[in-house]
Amino acid sequence: MDKKPIAESYRRNAAILEIQDLSVTFRQRKGLFQSEDLPVISRLNVTVNQGEIVAVVGASGSGKSLLAHGIMGILPVNARISGEMNFLGEPLTTERICKLRGKEIALVPQGVTYLDPLMKVGAQVREQQPGKEGKRRQKELFSAYGLPEKTEERYPFECSGGMNRRILLSTALMERPKLIVADEPTPGMDLGQAKRAMADFRAFASQGNGVFLITHDLPLAISAADRIAVFYAGTTVEEAPSSDFASEALLRHPYTRALWRAMPQNGFQAIPGTQPYVKDMPKGCVFGPRCPKFTKECLGDIPMRAVRQGTVRCILQHDEHKIREARESKDAQKAQEEREVQKYAGGR
Amino acid sequence: MLEADNLIFSYRRRELPVLDRVSLQVKPGERVGIFSPSGSGKTTLLKLLSGYLLPQGGKVLADGKPLPRSGFCPVQMVWQHPERAVNSRLTMGKILAEGGKTDPRLEALFGIEVDWKRRYPEELSGGELQRFCIVRALGEGTRYLLADEITAMLDMITQAQVWNALLEEMERRQIGLVAVSHSRELLEQVCTRVVGLEELSYSGVKR
Repeated sequence: MDKKPIAESYRRNAAILEIQDLSVTFRQRKGLFQSEDLPVISRLNVTVNQGEIVAVVGASGSGKSLLAHGIMGILPVNARISGEMNFLGEPLTTERICKLRGKEIALVPQGVTYLDPLMKVGAQVREQQPGKEGKRRQKELFSAYGLPEKTEERYPFECSGGMNRRILLSTALMERPKLIVADEPTPGMDLGQAKRAMADFRAFASQGNGVFLITHDLPLAISAADRIAVFYAGTTVEEAPSSDFASEALLRHPYTRALWRAMPQNGFQAIPGTQPYVKDMPKGCVFGPRCPKFTKECLGDIPMRAVRQGTVRCILQHDEHKIREARESKDAQKAQEEREVQKYAGGR
Repeated sequence: MLEADNLIFSYRRRELPVLDRVSLQVKPGERVGIFSPSGSGKTTLLKLLSGYLLPQGGKVLADGKPLPRSGFCPVQMVWQHPERAVNSRLTMGKILAEGGKTDPRLEALFGIEVDWKRRYPEELSGGELQRFCIVRALGEGTRYLLADEITAMLDMITQAQVWNALLEEMERRQIGLVAVSHSRELLEQVCTRVVGLEELSYSGVKR
């Protein structure tokens, strides 16, 4: 494959990480001599540009962690990966990721089980930099995250869930990476801490770096990321600017809208069903079986389409988007009017 | 009623106690949400209420009796990290059976698929694991449930599904709940009252 266009696009858009048509399959044993392939990620596209925080938001069990592990090259041996990944315009091969990970690309893993339970946390954070400089950097990071100084002498079990997450975050920042892949960095933090962690990601990104935030936490992604890719059953169904999540009407995919309506502040409504299991993926649209607007056409191939400033993998949305844009401009007009009314009332 | 009476607890001697004379009453069917910053002792309080830790002062009573030292405890806890609350060497079916007799109705209510029970914890996502942990904690003898950030790892739809199922079951059996979460919006949605941890402690009352 010709790699030139990507190198050029790096210079143009300063993309830090580009993922094109990424698929991951697991080979599972079936009986004594047979095996079958389970597709856990299929045809996924995401780009993280310089200075950007891009969030991949998806249901639990949709393969988000595998995406992080795929980028880091730490998938289990029975996994096979296809498609293209580029880091700073160069293909991210197995050899390259081995050299880069932990240095240029750092992972903030999901789950505090990634910490060594038998090692004091300060020593864990400094493991790759045992010298004086490492000690200084570790203290700097701990104080930046509001971890008391005596924390470094504690074991992970003596720290709260939120503290352990911040310890993992400090570990990732030790070597000053170019890209952070953060796999669910915030559960267990309170709102203030999550905001601080996101502010740190923001500061990190604005120094010309990138943050690839993998999360199930839609409110967090809305407040922290520049763009949101909605991940469902192993693929991206919609990519949208975070600002589109201000209103349900601005969203492009029925699944994204269902997510929006399930937020506690937006009604707490849950659509029934679960994500399809990889062994019995539906034909055509992966959301088809749960979609209220399902038609026969949804059984065909669903291409990724551009709608306004985003993309969507849905045929229905495309027909509707003209109506929606009309409604939006009306909404915007109404909001503008309301603002003016408030301004007027405030002025008096 | 589940009662905590002036609980005192500190992890290290000579340090200020994490919990200083904390009192709380939960009636059957009542759902209390506790909202406060991370590291303030919410999980510790739940561990005391469920008998995993013993208080250095004060007492915990469930329906007028101290928590049993053996046998099924009427106060059951669901943990923040399901991956740490299951034995990784057991299949999910066996993990579920740890809570006593299994109930297919509950499994269906929480969307547990038959196929999942043959798998090991490693092969399930956090959300799928948490459904097992909740059903395991909802054994016949459970009168009070303690929920420590049980949906912090779930996406919005799964969170709403799990809570709606849990609310239905708790309503049916008049189970009392103490829930801890960092999301105020969530607690307002699922609880009958929301309090800050500092309001429950002696020092908070004095202020």
